[in-house]
Amino acid sequence: MPFRGSYQGSSFFELLQIEKRHLLPDLAAWGRSAVEAVPHGTTVLAMRFGNGVLVAGDRLATAGHSVASRDVVKVFETDPYSVMAISGAAGPCIEMARILSIELEHYEKIEGERLELEGKANKLSQMIRANLPAAMQGLAVVPLFAGFDTRRKLGRLWKFDITGGRYEETEFDATGSGGLYARESLKHGWSRSLTREQAIKAAVAALTAAADEDRATGGVDLERGIFPIIKMCTASGHTDATEAEIAACYREILAARAAGGNL
Amino acid sequence: MSMPFYVSPEQVMADKAEFARKGIARGKSIVALEFRGGILLMAENSTSLSKVGEIYDRLAFAGVGKFSEFDQLRKVGVRFADTKGYAYSREDVRGRGMANAFSQVMGEVFTREIKPLEVEIIVAEVGDDRYEDHRSNSLYRIKYDGFISDHKGFCVIGGKVEEVETVLKNDYRPDMPAGDAARLGRRALNAGAERSSELGASSLEVCLLDRSRPGRKFCRLSTEEVQGMLDS
Repeated sequence: MPFRGSYQGSSFFELLQIEKRHLLPDLAAWGRSAVEAVPHGTTVLAMRFGNGVLVAGDRLATAGHSVASRDVVKVFETDPYSVMAISGAAGPCIEMARILSIELEHYEKIEGERLELEGKANKLSQMIRANLPAAMQGLAVVPLFAGFDTRRKLGRLWKFDITGGRYEETEFDATGSGGLYARESLKHGWSRSLTREQAIKAAVAALTAAADEDRATGGVDLERGIFPIIKMCTASGHTDATEAEIAACYREILAARAAGGNL
Repeated sequence: MSMPFYVSPEQVMADKAEFARKGIARGKSIVALEFRGGILLMAENSTSLSKVGEIYDRLAFAGVGKFSEFDQLRKVGVRFADTKGYAYSREDVRGRGMANAFSQVMGEVFTREIKPLEVEIIVAEVGDDRYEDHRSNSLYRIKYDGFISDHKGFCVIGGKVEEVETVLKNDYRPDMPAGDAARLGRRALNAGAERSSELGASSLEVCLLDRSRPGRKFCRLSTEEVQGMLDS
């Protein structure tokens, strides 16, 4: 611990890059061979509702054609007012979520105040850009980032591409292998003035649709008791949808399906 | 070529220590007190430049002396703690290790640099009820030359340590409620303050390591919250 280190800024990610390079693995060096072997996360979605945002993700991770894990977590609280959901190579994705949450706390401690929501999204985009060489080898990290903007008093969400491109969405978005199907479902289920309950329902329906069409997406697993993670972020911070709430929404879908509905 | 005058190492150290002590003696004092709900850190400070800060989940920092120097130390500490917590686990960032690291840095500057750090710091660690061997709190005081000492109950740094400590030695009781601890802290700081009127909430910087909070235990109190605590 030197009194004047070579890095003097307020970013933890830059501190690692400049002073602790050995703690950041060089994923690009693995080459393409790693892609099939590492678990990949699949479908995550985010939407605005009321004065907040909802972020949801299924629990399945796949490696090639096999199930790598049935209860992996893809939605993370990165600080009291923001959430990140990951799809892509699970290892680098989870690590990025971890570094981002340390990053936000680190900034707050060094500077004495929190970053603006947009500043957080921008930081994440720089981290994705730093991962570009690995992304070109197939180890992409394509997250969704959402949160409550405490200055503007509303929920906001962003999607990213592998180059760190950052696009704000005003309604909803979904990424991952089942993202297309989840988006299609949300196109019908989403509207500007959803309540919390309606938003949860739309999220469960979208994940169920994605799990139906995409074999790598998990959906709700009632037999094993594995439920998607659904987090809401509003002015009062985070809340989670309970397993009972999710199960109730899912049973409704099953009942409609059994009655011959087209869900 | 001219030869520099010979100065004995003893003299060099004594001069440096004298210089650092003078710098610190000009500053106001800070107290850290263990109370029922955790640890209370109180500084006489009416500016917006904080003397007390968060280091990690259960660790807080307080510094007196030259602002730029102790603030730099605080930042170095945050970088060290966050890196350690990232490389290992959050539970591995402990008070004793942190205090030792600070002591190394300050000692190193004292012996190597021409000008020693004109600062004195406290590292406070609140106990963790979940683990048998982490339950008790720790308070460490580290001086300008890296000299480190650990304290039970309370710890004082700054220009008027003796005056402030006298009050605490007489009246400190373990397991005090928060209001009592805040009032005792203010009374102790008053003993070291030059003015005769009592310190108001707006001239106190108060932070807590609150045992009952989930996750990060550190919290900074607003002037209203400080007033509320003093009145409780």
